[in-house]
Amino acid sequence: MSSAPAQLAIEAHSVRRVYRAKPADVVALDGVDLDVAPGEFFGLLGPNGAGKTTLIKILTTLLLPSSGSARVFGFDVERDVTRIRRIMNMVAGGEQSGYGILTAREQLWMFSQFYGLGTREGWTRVDELIEAVGLAEQRLQRVSTLSTGQRQKMNMARGLLNDPWILFLDEPTLGLDVGAARAIRALILEWKAAVPDRTVLLTTHYMAEADELCDRIAIVDRGRVLAIGSPAELKRRVQRESIFRIELDRLDGGSAALARLPGVVSAAAASGEGGEERQTMVMNLVLEEDAALGGVVGALGAMGSTILALRKSEPTLEDVFVELVGRGFEEREQDDRTAVPA
Amino acid sequence: MSVFVHHRTESPQAAADWSARQALMTNLRAVIGRAYPRVRGMVREPSWVFFEMLLPFLATSGFVFVYRALDAPQEYVGFVVLGGAMTAFWLNVVWMMASQLWWEKSQGNLELYFAAPMHFMAVLFGMAVGGLFMSSTRAIVVLAVSTTLYGVTFAVDQWLLLLAVFVLTLAALYGLGMVLASLFLLWGREAWHLTQLLQEPVYFVSGLNFPVGRLGFIGALAIAFIPLAVGLDAMRQLAFADAAYPVGTPAPEVEIVILVAMTGVFLALARWALAVIERRARVAGSLSIRWQ
Repeated sequence: MSSAPAQLAIEAHSVRRVYRAKPADVVALDGVDLDVAPGEFFGLLGPNGAGKTTLIKILTTLLLPSSGSARVFGFDVERDVTRIRRIMNMVAGGEQSGYGILTAREQLWMFSQFYGLGTREGWTRVDELIEAVGLAEQRLQRVSTLSTGQRQKMNMARGLLNDPWILFLDEPTLGLDVGAARAIRALILEWKAAVPDRTVLLTTHYMAEADELCDRIAIVDRGRVLAIGSPAELKRRVQRESIFRIELDRLDGGSAALARLPGVVSAAAASGEGGEERQTMVMNLVLEEDAALGGVVGALGAMGSTILALRKSEPTLEDVFVELVGRGFEEREQDDRTAVPA
Repeated sequence: MSVFVHHRTESPQAAADWSARQALMTNLRAVIGRAYPRVRGMVREPSWVFFEMLLPFLATSGFVFVYRALDAPQEYVGFVVLGGAMTAFWLNVVWMMASQLWWEKSQGNLELYFAAPMHFMAVLFGMAVGGLFMSSTRAIVVLAVSTTLYGVTFAVDQWLLLLAVFVLTLAALYGLGMVLASLFLLWGREAWHLTQLLQEPVYFVSGLNFPVGRLGFIGALAIAFIPLAVGLDAMRQLAFADAAYPVGTPAPEVEIVILVAMTGVFLALARWALAVIERRARVAGSLSIRWQ
């Protein structure tokens, strides 16, 4: 007898969402299909305006799809609203929720009551979480006086109060400094690791964050899912050639000399790596395959060049995005800002 | 056990399946949770209490001196004092109930409330309970100080009836506040203009500073539709039983029935309006999109 298949944590089928606006309606989601397994750390990666937040709002029952269907652990976002709300929580970046007059501890307790924790149980749970997120010193400080990073730690604690089966994180490190963002990421990973069958859906436009945290990533742009896979799988899509960064003491004939060598697809001077200060040459070298490197090294020796450093370059998720969309995140966002509606 | 593990169920389906008791308890706790910031805030910012008490007291005093200058019967001073005390509740209803959801939305709280598993009516009840606590403090002080300073003498024959009228007035008033809160959510950014629009006319037709019977047909309409008008009129009749009270308003017993009906209608209307508006907001995307 075969057992029933495990319920997917998230199922979205042909989800389309249109906002009524003037002069023209805005299509935020344009037929999104997505399956997320229980226990997955899933990322939605895309520039601002890609539709990531809209999808999260639909999955958290705050917004209805214009068409299509979406389920969270089998519960329909349109019909099973209360059930979904019992098993999930959400945290957004830059969140200013709550009441400035309360202390961090009081604010969290207030939210604990919305999730049905007992009065004492709520205070205990809040104290534990405050400790865990590193906010113990600020626990009696008014919310209005917390820094952005401290506030986001408090928001994270709020998101964990009810021990959700699925946690929706919408740009949780938005606007945070490096240290605070790292602390938030570490916290999320620790929470996830404590019970591996928890599911996390993260939206971000920080490539490194998605790369570090997510088991799988969907790259979204203009309301469409362009590609889905693990970070490694996605990167392999663009890694058809071997790319090396090479630093030389000198190179007679410049990059053209390198480009003529057998197995070399292209060679170009790299920018931004201190070559001028050290009076060396840094080149990006694209080879047909790794095996061509030996011939290049030998040829450089014969040309009188000494190799000071050699590093294989891995493609980034931004390379994947560029490959899929034809432009980088920042260029894409710039385009959207300057676009004049027809 | 890790701090990150709390109340794990065997499956998400089991976690989503709540008993009726669990749902009820969550809603009751949510009422307390939402009332908490108001109570705490009042204690934490005593200056609010000062301004909330001194200014209404001055406004009430103004009318007391007008009546004295006109040699009006002494019970008119009592009417004004009672009206001044009840002002606190109406102000609380329009500013901290009706327009509150608009503020909650602009702060980003609204979507967190809707995303939590309690019924949203629990949030409204919590706002009402917290508001009642704040307003009651103000009302008691205005009543006590004014009564002492201006020598108001109450003549109450039916204390229980008076208490019942007071409680029902507040229930109907905050029920109306819940309806307005739901409707104001629909109006979005114009909510606070509507609040201002409602404040003074309701003061007037409720007869806060004079017996509502003096308004004739308008007064009768107010008694039929505005909890403050009917409640205050009934309380005046019961608190000053020996006064030569102006005719034209129903007996307190009748007004109690009106208040009971109002409470039921407003609560049912609030629940219905909230469901409709939540649905509409989910369609329009206006629960969480602050610019809409």
